Amino acid sequence: MAEQVYAYIKHADGVAEDSALELIVAAKKIYPDASVTAVVTGTGADLDVICNEMAATYNAVWKIDNEALAYPNAEVVRKALVNILPADSIVLLPHDTFGMDLGPGLSIKMDSAFVADVVDIEGIDNGTLKVIRQEFSGMASAHVTCDISGGAVMNIRPGVNQPDESKSGGGEVVDKSGEAGDLSTKRTYLEMVEAEAGDVDITKSEVLVSVGRGIEDEDNVEIVFDLAKAMGADVSCSRPIVDAKWLEKSRQVGTSGQTVKPKVYMAMGISGSFQHLGGIKGNPFIVAVNKNSKAPVFQVADVGIEADILEFIPELTEAIEGL
Amino acid sequence: MEILVCIKRVPDTSENEIEINSDGNDIERDDLVYSVNEWDNYAVEEAIQIVDKVGGSVTVVTVGDDESEEVLRREMAMGANNGILLSDDAFEGSDGKGIATILKGAVEKGNYDLIMTGAQADEGAAQVGGMLAAMLDYPYASLVNLIEAGDGKLKVGREIEGGNQEMNEIELPCVLSIQTGINEPRYVGIRGIRKVASVEIPEMGAGDIGVDAGAIGGDAAKVKRVDYFVPDTGEGAEMLEGSTEEIIAKLIEYLKAKGGLK
Repeated sequence: MAEQVYAYIKHADGVAEDSALELIVAAKKIYPDASVTAVVTGTGADLDVICNEMAATYNAVWKIDNEALAYPNAEVVRKALVNILPADSIVLLPHDTFGMDLGPGLSIKMDSAFVADVVDIEGIDNGTLKVIRQEFSGMASAHVTCDISGGAVMNIRPGVNQPDESKSGGGEVVDKSGEAGDLSTKRTYLEMVEAEAGDVDITKSEVLVSVGRGIEDEDNVEIVFDLAKAMGADVSCSRPIVDAKWLEKSRQVGTSGQTVKPKVYMAMGISGSFQHLGGIKGNPFIVAVNKNSKAPVFQVADVGIEADILEFIPELTEAIEGL
Repeated sequence: MEILVCIKRVPDTSENEIEINSDGNDIERDDLVYSVNEWDNYAVEEAIQIVDKVGGSVTVVTVGDDESEEVLRREMAMGANNGILLSDDAFEGSDGKGIATILKGAVEKGNYDLIMTGAQADEGAAQVGGMLAAMLDYPYASLVNLIEAGDGKLKVGREIEGGNQEMNEIELPCVLSIQTGINEPRYVGIRGIRKVASVEIPEMGAGDIGVDAGAIGGDAAKVKRVDYFVPDTGEGAEMLEGSTEEIIAKLIEYLKAKGGLK
């Protein structure tokens, strides 16, 4: 019998997230012949749409329909999964804000191993799975082994696996709603507060000068605006700049900020965490300037310059103004 | 409110270039600048602000060796009332579950309403808070960027994708992992550190917190790091070299060609 792997499908408003078709690829890196079951929670017509869509890709789909699962509150989902999944299951989740909420606690309740933010999977050797992770803000990669004999919960980094578009699953939807059990929890979802719009809509910008921690001080942010003005670009930033309240949240590029699709992206003093890079779409021409030669941004940039932006930016601005 | 904040001493990645050592079994630790994990610092600030409003006390705890005492002291200089150092040879090699098991022992030695961790630390796993909550059977919320204290419960905002904020109500006692940006951590000066320099910080081992040594440490770890390595990242960026003038001239050519100059 083929080895079983379970993949949790994230969806909203009747649309499956990109991770839905990526997790099956990760599952087959664990066991090339795995039978992969999509586990889909939610309620109503939207849930059926997703289940039917996943049946085309996955070997089986387990549908869990419950009013309490209308919004994916990780605490509620965890209870349902613990009740429904067999012991020693291998469960894959996306390493996003939901997977981070769910995965660690799920592994404790399933009494299984947990591996977070898996960027690649090398395979199984003697009951031990070998995966690749990154540590120290992406500046070091590590091989990590995981004893999966008692099951495992693995959070897979979104975007690292190409989605399986083959639609070669042909699975059936099995209604597991009756096995969900008691879903009462001590954490209740209240509402979603949408991000506020800012004075500049960076999602529409063709050229972005994006500033990160390398700017060091609030007073220095001015040089970034000077460069952007000379280039005819808009200014965006990475998370630490918003945390420090030097720029407004609406200028933040990343999974927890805006998704941008410019033609040219200037990453100035930005190390390039995967959350930041996850907000850059459309394959722009990326220029990275950073004084740390190990900064992960240099792995994705088209052109890199090892320099201190505090010195480099004013010189670049002056040169462009002189054109 | 009695608050426990779990903190960690980590290499400061904004201050260091991380290099892998020649054996590939660790990073080069010589000359590294260490500090308190950035997320944890926000958690401690948040705890202090809550206690300022509703009363109670803040305890900071870490699993580590003698050197970890400096981060406890730093957070006490910020305003945390107590520190606890969890230190034991048996703790070495623990995976995330092992660390959560150790912290659970410390939690059960006290009487805390609220336990906080940073959303993630140097290993980028974001795991200990959620594991600890599940072990304690407390509710959990991760990536918290807003806390409003209520009676027997909290209103918390979670930072989710797209900058949206997911609002939840959560019953106490609970565990929260704190996202950066939730507040503006106060500055700690030399004077503040000096003030707490002689405060005694109790050190506890496995026996003191009632943790079975067989459930922690390297032998119990199901997840183990084998080595560090430099990934083959393909071509990577074309690094521009030469004098600053040459680099800028080359860059401007690129920008013109790619539509970066208007």
